[in-house]
Amino acid sequence: MTVRVYVPCDAAALSMGADDVAAAIAEQGGDKVEIIRNGSRGMLWLEPMVEVETDKGRVAYGPVSKADIAELFKSDFLNAGDHPLGHGLTEQIPYFKKQERLTFARVGVTDPLSLSDYEMHDGLAGLKNALTMSPSEIVAQVKESGLRGRGGAGFPTGIKWETALAQTEPQKYLCCNADEGDSGTFADRMLMEGDPFCLIEGMIIGARAIGADTGYIYLRSEYPHAIKTMRRAIKVMEDAGWLGENIKDSGTTFNLSVRVGAGAYICGEESSMLESLEGKRGQVKVKPPIPAIKGLFNKPTIVNNVLSLASVPIIMDKGGAFYKNYGQGRSLGTQPFQLAGDIKHGGLVEKAFGVTMRELVEDFGGGTHSGHPIRTVQAGGPLGAYLSPEQFGVEMDYEKLAEAGGMMGHGGLVVFNDKVDMAKMARYAMEFCEIESCGKCTPCRVGAVRGKETIDKIMAGENVSENLELVDELCDLMTEASLCAMGGLTAMPVQSAIKLFPEDFKERST
Amino acid sequence: MVTLLNTIEDPFARQVCGDHGDQPEELLEILHGVQHERGFLSEAALRTIAYTLNLSRAEVHGVASFYHDFKREAQAKTVIKVCRAEACQANDCDDLIAKAENEYGTKLDAPAKEVVLESIFCLGNCALGPAVLIDDNLYGRVDIERLKSIMESRK
Repeated sequence: MTVRVYVPCDAAALSMGADDVAAAIAEQGGDKVEIIRNGSRGMLWLEPMVEVETDKGRVAYGPVSKADIAELFKSDFLNAGDHPLGHGLTEQIPYFKKQERLTFARVGVTDPLSLSDYEMHDGLAGLKNALTMSPSEIVAQVKESGLRGRGGAGFPTGIKWETALAQTEPQKYLCCNADEGDSGTFADRMLMEGDPFCLIEGMIIGARAIGADTGYIYLRSEYPHAIKTMRRAIKVMEDAGWLGENIKDSGTTFNLSVRVGAGAYICGEESSMLESLEGKRGQVKVKPPIPAIKGLFNKPTIVNNVLSLASVPIIMDKGGAFYKNYGQGRSLGTQPFQLAGDIKHGGLVEKAFGVTMRELVEDFGGGTHSGHPIRTVQAGGPLGAYLSPEQFGVEMDYEKLAEAGGMMGHGGLVVFNDKVDMAKMARYAMEFCEIESCGKCTPCRVGAVRGKETIDKIMAGENVSENLELVDELCDLMTEASLCAMGGLTAMPVQSAIKLFPEDFKERST
Repeated sequence: MVTLLNTIEDPFARQVCGDHGDQPEELLEILHGVQHERGFLSEAALRTIAYTLNLSRAEVHGVASFYHDFKREAQAKTVIKVCRAEACQANDCDDLIAKAENEYGTKLDAPAKEVVLESIFCLGNCALGPAVLIDDNLYGRVDIERLKSIMESRK
């Protein structure tokens, strides 16, 4: 009898040698093993995490290196034998067990490119429901669910769709923003590599809801593995008749393709992304008109984040009422949080909104990887605020985090230990804005350069208090006068660093 | 008729345009396609693309210069893309960069023939930093020893 062994093909697992591990297991196991390349379960410190299928469920071993394979065979890991790298049943590992996986239900479980595996794990159930429903019924379900844009802005997805549905133009577009450029975030990548059909299913439902016949996934070039997987998955869905003309006789036609970005962070901003999709410089445009009315090629266009679209299938399968049972206040459903930086147990934690930052960073994350104490956490990407450990009691939802001076962003948390130099981080925020600014508006284009220079002066001990005042004024100006979030939010990390850690800026004056 | 002669300067670029239906909205894909094969975008390629897509040379130049991915000169044999975003900084990528600069006798983002160290901002491997990308191969928890052995295994 052959034993099924799962070795992830997720890029994070590959980055730790998963291909070598799979090859070594295949070589030693011969025809005793069937190797399946799954996505990652999201416990990234255990990658490559090898799972063996047993009667009781899947048993995990990790982090496994090529050099461990002989020992694992000696310990009879194919029969769940004991080994120092063993963790027992994957789904009983507390990190995994304590999660509420809706959007990521299949990631790490299935073979990402097996449509039959997908269907066996409730895939396509939402789409099949949607194909029997009218566009306005679909929109009503999504509105009911309370789903908000997971890209960072948190705009209600259902209302966006309603606006596009109301447009009478015959040509409409649905675009997926997969330009996940925020440091500390990798949920989009994991989903696209681990469960690409889920994103496609969400997009077909969205296309039916708004009446779009053409869709694009704008995927960043820094994600070569995700690009490959998404392209293959689209082909599988086309061959199975789930993409193309008149899908399963439903009257819905939807053609989908991947467009690869070219290393510009700003293209995660939707108007810039649409310019890029038209083959132009990714320069931000003034809104209004909003894309739902005039977007790609001046046609009504919906731009949704990967996680927003990938949450739609389960909403259409189980209903909006089911989804909104999770979460609190105006932040309903679940958020795939990403624990990153200097963290012991880094990875993906999908939880209902309302979990505290402390639970995420300390209970799930287990503190730092380096063993040094945590000094700060940056929440919400490079444009998000730094928070101090005194603030870790904050409940993670859009409103509560904003009240605490933070930002949800794409749900990433980057942990820093006590060696971090906050003046250097503030300088970096300005430098990043300088490098990535599209150049359209002056506060961002020039402000970032002047900001960096002024922080340099502070770091050199030059007129520290005057220059700190200058940076503060400059930050206010960038916040108020920039066209988009790039310049508008660069002040967040800078001002929060100065406010919370003034000693890092003042010490230098001596 | 200098312009007309210029249009056939780069038959390969012309072919890539054709593969994309000569559609100007596919300009990024076309630039990626040409660069993938040639390693960089030559003046001749850009002129050919502009003519074929019925765009001005300024428009094509504007796009090619806007995006960090597009290179206008031949690249080094090996490009080590080192992530410098926050999560990798939290795992001391600056130390890796300093040691790699020393090891390969180069400076971050400086041109070189053999080995170039290039800044990149986020590879999506933020729980396993410092992260490095070489020829579409991603590596996690990279310190200088690991980088040296990766480079050794590529020989």
